[in-house]
Amino acid sequence: MASRAETLAEAARLRAGFEAAGALPIETPILQPAETLLDLYGEDIRARAYVTSDALRGEQMLRPDFTVPVVQMHMVQGAEPARYTYAGEVFRRQEHDPARASEYIQVGYEVFDRSNPGAADAEVFALIAQAVDGAPLRAATGDIGILMAAVQGLNTTPARKAALMRHIWRPRRFRALLDRFAGRSPVPPTRSALLASTEPMADAGPAIGRRGPAEIAARIETLRADAAAPPIGATELNALESLLAVRETAPFALAQLRDIAVDLPAIGPALYRLEARLGALAARGVDVDDLDFEASYGRTSMEYYDGFVFGFYAERRPDLPPVATGGRYDALTRQLGKGTEIPAVGGVLRPGLLLDLLGGAR
Amino acid sequence: MTLKLGVPSKGRLMEKTFGWFDRHGITLTRSGSDREYAGSVSGIDGVDLVLLSAGEVPRELASGRIHLGVTGTDLVHEKLPLWEQQVEEIAPLGFGHADLILAVPRFWVDVDTLDDLDAAAAAFRARHGHRMRIATKYHRLVHGFLREAGVADYQLVDSQGATEGTVANETAEMIADITSTGETLRANHLKILSDGLVLRSQATLWRSRTAVVSDQEKAALKALTDRLQ
Repeated sequence: MASRAETLAEAARLRAGFEAAGALPIETPILQPAETLLDLYGEDIRARAYVTSDALRGEQMLRPDFTVPVVQMHMVQGAEPARYTYAGEVFRRQEHDPARASEYIQVGYEVFDRSNPGAADAEVFALIAQAVDGAPLRAATGDIGILMAAVQGLNTTPARKAALMRHIWRPRRFRALLDRFAGRSPVPPTRSALLASTEPMADAGPAIGRRGPAEIAARIETLRADAAAPPIGATELNALESLLAVRETAPFALAQLRDIAVDLPAIGPALYRLEARLGALAARGVDVDDLDFEASYGRTSMEYYDGFVFGFYAERRPDLPPVATGGRYDALTRQLGKGTEIPAVGGVLRPGLLLDLLGGAR
Repeated sequence: MTLKLGVPSKGRLMEKTFGWFDRHGITLTRSGSDREYAGSVSGIDGVDLVLLSAGEVPRELASGRIHLGVTGTDLVHEKLPLWEQQVEEIAPLGFGHADLILAVPRFWVDVDTLDDLDAAAAAFRARHGHRMRIATKYHRLVHGFLREAGVADYQLVDSQGATEGTVANETAEMIADITSTGETLRANHLKILSDGLVLRSQATLWRSRTAVVSDQEKAALKALTDRLQ
């Protein structure tokens, strides 16, 4: 294991490399107001982050990552375009795997630039790839934007699309919703009974709590509308399932996706973006013919990414977490920007893990 | 040293535990006055009785300060991460049955399943500007259950007692709590989600995997477990 001093030295070296690439070095506080993070991620972040509090500022979290504070800082005072780099500790509660670190050093590079998203994606990926060069790692890539475009383009009701979009990052619930909207899973008997009833509130008991009768009536209306809507068609459904299963080297993945776009034309623009990104990656010297692409990659772990996603994994050490991860998070800037937004992409890596894998080669 | 057996120090849980051991020929007695938490064991050698609150038993087992302990499955699963590595289940005792369940107001006629709950939570958050609050003291179990089910847009608020009242008081929209007969739920106009069973719990005898065991204690443990067969 690399010592803390070695890890910090490597972190400083990596950050200097990102500075040389044009990034402004920045610092963020370790204590972050819990409210923003809880609002974004709900209980999942509470299970992952250390929460503490004082009487004056209320609940605070030990920085679980840099992205949120960096975006907040940029949205308040950043010039455009902007490139940032940082290095420091992040903290993660570990309750299931004692072997995973609860405190480690992260180094990151983030780009806020409206001009050419494909080039910005490629810039971040290539810089991170260069930083981990020499370590026995395999890159995985994906694009959440393609799946989102597919859902938005489905020939079904806006309510169903919104429900699917909400669960892009929870594959099991996404699957359950899809089965229901396609008419493949039976309607629960309680729901059939509710919809058949002319006076559903007849035996309901007193109205207690903050969720009021108007909300219940509204949901019953939504359920009635849903029951009346036709199921998602078999062609679209098959195409969506083929899309989710795409796992190939990038050029073959693109070809398969083009084929799928015949039945899901809404993914067309997202495929142009993928193609432009692959071109930009190739221009930066990345061997895209050997680059893995998985359409479902990033759905379980990277909830704020909504476009390009990537990770670098130790091929012979499946027990280790990824050494580097990153992706595009345009929507996050919208959520934190209070009315403003800017396309953003970034990546982080773990110098400690990197040194362990390099085994003193550096 | 003697083998330490931790048993809840009061109430029906203590009495029923005493009764259960009694049926296996081991007599546990609480000595002195009602206020004194000391006890003795007869019918078997080398075992000491430690009386403590049922809520403390998991922690004492995990730290190895007691070798054996009686407490509910719910408390062990909630309080001990990776509980299988820290304790071993020796015997369910057949009493103290309780289910950890999710319950919502009975007048939510549109919510019967987790699928309904998730959709209602999304609409609730959009309308009220905060997540749907679930009052509970079982944070780990409930979060794990809801994450597994893919339910989003809720938040857990801590409630260490009178949890069923939180909905009427508007400090929570729904609850996750232990129930045995469901009567308190009904009295508070709440109903259980049809797929909202988080955990079935009962009083259980556990063995600590972390406690250091001397040869003498090992012999006492064997004698005790043989007796329980």
